[in-house]
Amino acid sequence: MSKNLIEVENLSIGYYNKGGKLVHVLKNVSLSIKPGETLGLVGESGCGKSTLGQAMMGYLRLGSQVMEGSILFSGKDMFGLSTRDLESIRGNKIALIPQNAGEALTPTMRVGKQIIETLELKTNVSGAATKNRMIELLGQVRLPHPEVMAERYPHELSGGQQQRVVVAMALAGQPDMLVLDEPTTGLDVTTQAHILELLRDIVAELGTAMMYISHDLGVIARVSDRVALMYAGEIVEDASAAEIFKSPAHPYARGLLASIPRLELAGIPNSMPGQPPIPGSLPGCSFTPRCPFATEICSSEPPELKMILQTPHLVRCHNWEKVVATDFSQELKDVYHIVEHKAQDVSAIELSDVEITYHQPNMIDRLRRTPEPPATVSDITLDIKRGETLALVGESGSGKSTIVRTISGLLPAKSGVIQFENCDLTVNVDKRTMDLCKKVQLIFQNPDASLNPRHTVAEIIDQPLKLYFPKMTRDERRARQIELLERVRLDGRYRLRYPGQMSGGEKQRVAIARAFAAEPDVVLCDEVTSALDVSVQAAVLDLLADLQQERNTTYIFIAHDLAVVRAIADRVAVLYQGRLCEVGTVDEIYSPPYHPYTETLMGAVLVPDPDTEPKLLASDTPELAPPAKGCAFQRRCPKFINDLCDEVTPPWQYPQDEDGHKIRCHIPINELLVV
Amino acid sequence: MTVTTQAVEELSPVKRRTPLADTWENLRRSWGGMIGLTLIVFHVLLALSSPYIVPQDPQLMDAPARNEAPSTEHLFGTDKLGRDMFSRSLVGGRVALVVTMLGTALAMTWGGLTGILLGFLGGKTDEYVMRVVDALLAIPWLLVLLLIISILGTNPWVQTLTFGFTYGYTAIRVARAATLDYVTHEFVLAARARGERKRTIVLKELLPNVLDVLLVDGAMTWSWMLLGFSSLSFLGFGVTPPTPDWGFMIAKNREILAIQPWAVFGPAIMLSTLIIGINLFSDALAKALGLDRSQGAPV
Repeated sequence: MSKNLIEVENLSIGYYNKGGKLVHVLKNVSLSIKPGETLGLVGESGCGKSTLGQAMMGYLRLGSQVMEGSILFSGKDMFGLSTRDLESIRGNKIALIPQNAGEALTPTMRVGKQIIETLELKTNVSGAATKNRMIELLGQVRLPHPEVMAERYPHELSGGQQQRVVVAMALAGQPDMLVLDEPTTGLDVTTQAHILELLRDIVAELGTAMMYISHDLGVIARVSDRVALMYAGEIVEDASAAEIFKSPAHPYARGLLASIPRLELAGIPNSMPGQPPIPGSLPGCSFTPRCPFATEICSSEPPELKMILQTPHLVRCHNWEKVVATDFSQELKDVYHIVEHKAQDVSAIELSDVEITYHQPNMIDRLRRTPEPPATVSDITLDIKRGETLALVGESGSGKSTIVRTISGLLPAKSGVIQFENCDLTVNVDKRTMDLCKKVQLIFQNPDASLNPRHTVAEIIDQPLKLYFPKMTRDERRARQIELLERVRLDGRYRLRYPGQMSGGEKQRVAIARAFAAEPDVVLCDEVTSALDVSVQAAVLDLLADLQQERNTTYIFIAHDLAVVRAIADRVAVLYQGRLCEVGTVDEIYSPPYHPYTETLMGAVLVPDPDTEPKLLASDTPELAPPAKGCAFQRRCPKFINDLCDEVTPPWQYPQDEDGHKIRCHIPINELLVV
Repeated sequence: MTVTTQAVEELSPVKRRTPLADTWENLRRSWGGMIGLTLIVFHVLLALSSPYIVPQDPQLMDAPARNEAPSTEHLFGTDKLGRDMFSRSLVGGRVALVVTMLGTALAMTWGGLTGILLGFLGGKTDEYVMRVVDALLAIPWLLVLLLIISILGTNPWVQTLTFGFTYGYTAIRVARAATLDYVTHEFVLAARARGERKRTIVLKELLPNVLDVLLVDGAMTWSWMLLGFSSLSFLGFGVTPPTPDWGFMIAKNREILAIQPWAVFGPAIMLSTLIIGINLFSDALAKALGLDRSQGAPV
């Protein structure tokens, strides 16, 4: 057995709040990483995983302090070292890869120069050798044409390329260990899958140890040898990836795994009730209030992190034996439920030949007759039935948000018709009647940005009530606010809260309540669950499904997470560069024949199962504009046939009948069936 | 099936405090802020009560007692007309205080609202109006003030309007810049998509978010305006004599600085304590509101 590279022993970190009370962030955390090993650190937001990651770099947030314990890196105490010694360790022995690569790079310096700077500071490479080493590093992170890339500024690179540069910078000092804090969050699925493969390869090649911090169980399953699960500032389970995903022994691990929507299973998973407490605020086990296995001892006695069975599997639970005794795979099968609802055979919204462009020709363009660039969104024809959920799926830049903004009247369409009842929705919101505005409501991705931080919940929900129901009296509105809050399963007392005093899930419920206050016919959901924690996500999906049933509301649901789409949608439209690739019911989309782009997306989805490998087909180089002619996906298509794809817009093909599943591709259906 | 199984979310424990109470709590912890606030309150109370508490009539000319040094009878001595400098210093801020307070309120209101509206509208309107504002800002402010006041006279109401108008340009800039941070936020988009009127969006969605910036800027503007008023007064365009005013008092008693320095020091100390007070307060206010993060944001 080899020696540990880093050892965290009984570490507690906390800060004193304004009242002078000690607030724990981390509580008695112990873990270790061996050379070359990858540890995945999972947990929901606020569980202290980033604090632990930063502590491993010898960094504490302003005001926090180590209450107890230590971090030993190669035998040296990180918090006992002088600033100078810490500096020599950071970058040389242990390097950090942060979440937002765009912010980690200096915007005014060429990326090559930035890497050279790191090399000069952290290694004794000098002179001409530094440039060669820099090119070598860029090649190592598989950036095409490293010489050219080195001359670029950060903003000239895509998000994935920026992240690669940051990885190259981290590798410059040839560290023994990398700490990665959500490095792929915010990237497209395909880009994410590529970066993860790159990291896996680099680690295998150089023997670097990694601590990979993420909230995404799929990502963790792909990269980790071992997984540590955090809850409320404590490690609750620590085991090999295979063990933790196949037979988790902590009730929280089970609950978490059971609340993820799955690509292969239809229906919405169960959600976990409640939310995490402040670390150290409960006398017993922190998970007791949410735990289905809780017994009397759990609320009085905090459990120890102890070894179970023979394998190195650590669990912090009194009742782990009972937990392990229940069959997890069977349990998983039972939790997914389909909320029954009927879509009527009446159109709610009909889009025909919709084209949207951001391009505004200026005077010089008009004089010189510069040809217009291809429209951002083009040739969209969709028929959305009343009471149905249509999901728009695609990577960033696929035009899904653009379409939704046009339907909501925030962006004018260039041509085409969006038929809704007897009105055309291609006009701007200023020109719509109040009644029309009322019928189409919008819910945004990030409730932090979509709720005014200076308004109380009551004021937020009051806005649509005042606007659309001017005859309502104050008391009626008040009663309605409480009723709406209860419909989104929030206590009526939340009326007096400000958004800053609520959790992410609660805020999103308020945003949903605000949209439903208008009693809309159509609700446009723009990535409504992607900013939420997994355990909350399922609850929000469930809520949306229930609300839909009540008034047979039509949903247009934007998402990039294909598993979430599978859970909630009736029909799916796959978009690439503002062009439709494939339209069909959920079952049709999630089984062959696939459009090559759909297949690429499906292949890149990471599932919480360490044995499943993603299938990477297309390159992850994103395109900035659609091609002038031919198939939109031509430049990245793994099944590209010939000039036909370059020149001719592909025809719609119908695997069954003309009303159902349709794929826009030159490749014959029977060839697409072969995956 | 599971529709009814979900319980209503328990109310998570949060100490309920309004943003106002929060700000006050932060402000109370700041030494500078409390000193500043004390100075401001002192001056305001003094302005209200000074006519009733002055030891002598500030306008009474005691010819035999001219240019007297400080004594128990005249704490700050007398000026060359034999007026009691202590009494004059106490009452000398009344007009300045009223004019600048009203002027600041006016400047922040019109400038702030215009700025928010421009930030929200954007596009050509914003472009053109801002160029005009830039042009106006390029003219030295004292010149503008002198010009307007020499035409319209030294009536305090005219002065209030003039100050309110000229100091409003900077408020436009500040409010517009603060608004630009928020217009792209989705709550503004949500309000637009709902079909809310522009007025509602400006007043209900944007104003509450830029109010903190405007408050701090308002406090700064107030101190600038006081200096401006005193400068005007120094040049003889402030109040109509014999009404006492700090700026005018400093101007007139400069000549006897060598023999009776207190005739200048008195009003100077009064003016500077007020301005220092306002500055300390606005600094602390910015920190309490979380706008100035140089000291680390309050957790």
